[in-house]
Amino acid sequence: MSPLIEVTKKDVVSETWEEPFYLNMGPQHPSTHGVLRIVLHLEGETIVDCDPIVGYLHRGVEKLGENLNYNQAIILSDRLDYIASVANNTAFALAFEKIFNLKVPRRAQLLRTIVCEMARICNHLLWLATHALDIGAMTVFLYCFRDREWLLNVFEKICGARLTHSYVRVGGVRLDFTSEIIDELYKFTEEFPNRILDYETLIDVNRIWLKRTKGIAVVSAEEAINLGLTGPCLRGSGVPYDVRKFRPYDAYEEVSFIVPTGKNGDTYDRYRVRMEELRQANSIIRQCLDKLPETEGQPVVADNAPDLLIPEKRKSAVALPHPKKGYFFKAKEEDVVPPGEAFASIESPKGELAVYVVSDGSNKPWRLRIRTPSFVHISAIPDLTRGHLIADLVAIIGTLDVVLGDSDR
Amino acid sequence: MGIEKETIEVAPGIRQIPNTPVFITVIDKVINWARAGSMWPVTFGLACCAIEMMATGASHYDLDRFGIIFRASPRQSDVLIVAGTVTKKMAPVVRRVYDQMPEPKYVIAMGSCACSGGVFRTYSTVQGCDQFLPVDVYVPGCPPRPEALLYGLLTLQQKIKSESKRWGFWRR
Repeated sequence: MSPLIEVTKKDVVSETWEEPFYLNMGPQHPSTHGVLRIVLHLEGETIVDCDPIVGYLHRGVEKLGENLNYNQAIILSDRLDYIASVANNTAFALAFEKIFNLKVPRRAQLLRTIVCEMARICNHLLWLATHALDIGAMTVFLYCFRDREWLLNVFEKICGARLTHSYVRVGGVRLDFTSEIIDELYKFTEEFPNRILDYETLIDVNRIWLKRTKGIAVVSAEEAINLGLTGPCLRGSGVPYDVRKFRPYDAYEEVSFIVPTGKNGDTYDRYRVRMEELRQANSIIRQCLDKLPETEGQPVVADNAPDLLIPEKRKSAVALPHPKKGYFFKAKEEDVVPPGEAFASIESPKGELAVYVVSDGSNKPWRLRIRTPSFVHISAIPDLTRGHLIADLVAIIGTLDVVLGDSDR
Repeated sequence: MGIEKETIEVAPGIRQIPNTPVFITVIDKVINWARAGSMWPVTFGLACCAIEMMATGASHYDLDRFGIIFRASPRQSDVLIVAGTVTKKMAPVVRRVYDQMPEPKYVIAMGSCACSGGVFRTYSTVQGCDQFLPVDVYVPGCPPRPEALLYGLLTLQQKIKSESKRWGFWRR
């Protein structure tokens, strides 16, 4: 990346000085994946600098979460990264379970792992579809959506929703899988590797694809860590960091999978990493499905999980001796949850998603902080785009896999 | 009337002179038919509903069979699908996109957020895009299923077909 910057800098400081040319891209642009606005500073067709402006989808989720109780706050997490909403549900639930001191039953852990990996497949398929569409491959879009619909139908059978699932709840999951769902998932995992091969045949050796992705937005491992990239963007640079391996949650300790890494850290490597992750996710689903019969009939929610409507204060009657005779009862208010703080992070399909929650003893989080990967990735756009052409900016936004609901919250 | 005696009604409001390729109808009907048959929405996604909007346009639900093709520029499109939460920062942009569209133009509010603000009753969210846009069809749901969006688009087609005097110099 550095030699490119030097070249452009030399161009800028030329003898014929001109007014800097600014171009506004977005917020209404079909390939900014939502409402991202980027102010570009151009020199001809080369990007000298750019300034991403976020906040067009700021909905105040964190503040709203502080006014809803723990179970209600989970439905807000669906609308953060709406492509893989179960992953967000899991992050919230993991943090809240630490507040509530709950142990999740093993069957619920397995189910959570399955739906998380299904969400990863959904996310990567949508990423591949839109990324390829931005670069100019229309066919991949149609093929990817075909398979995504299949998974969304399974999701619909699981919890009744296609996109905003709210399937994971504090202390477990809402519903158990029926045998029909398990059969459908077995069929899917059987067929899906062939489908991945289909996509790879379409674009892996496609000359246009290679020219648009190889050598674009190269990030070295050190740079990637400094920029705070996580997820496939970091692994594409060769750093094998994965929260599922480093701080395993749910049933990730039991399953075996490899963390795919790239070498050059360019757009093509990140694409390869994601394609490999699709295969790994498929195999994780398969392993978890094989383990499900062991836990047949076990509960999917912890016994001491809070009700869906959590009272503000727990009230109990305390018997006090009456001054004349007998007893009288007085209502005593107790905290619903122990006061304290909790932090949980998961490997969401886009990167590391972390939730920090502070409890003051009431039924609502006192403070809810969400660290989302997309926000950090958007902040890396200027460093990645310097020296590239405008046409490459579309590929760079695509390869970072940003979702504005995730970034602006 | 003479026309009614000498012609046959082949479809509601369309009459044919027998044994000739001549049809008689009102011009409103022809224009409305053409408009309803090729509604081009702007490719403008705001939030979660945009994913369902994409799914509606993709292989499984396939909007193309209704003559609905997404157009990336507001200057060549007829329908604005407000798909997702409109924040106070985004509202002027949505309005500008609407203003850039040529007449006649229609607005579909897709999803609870665009209809009424949905769950996001916060300091930064506009409580429904009808506060600054003339909405034709509301599609509730969070997010609405692709079938629901299809139903909304078909409802809009019905609305367009029932219009009269919405074209020409006397309009407005």
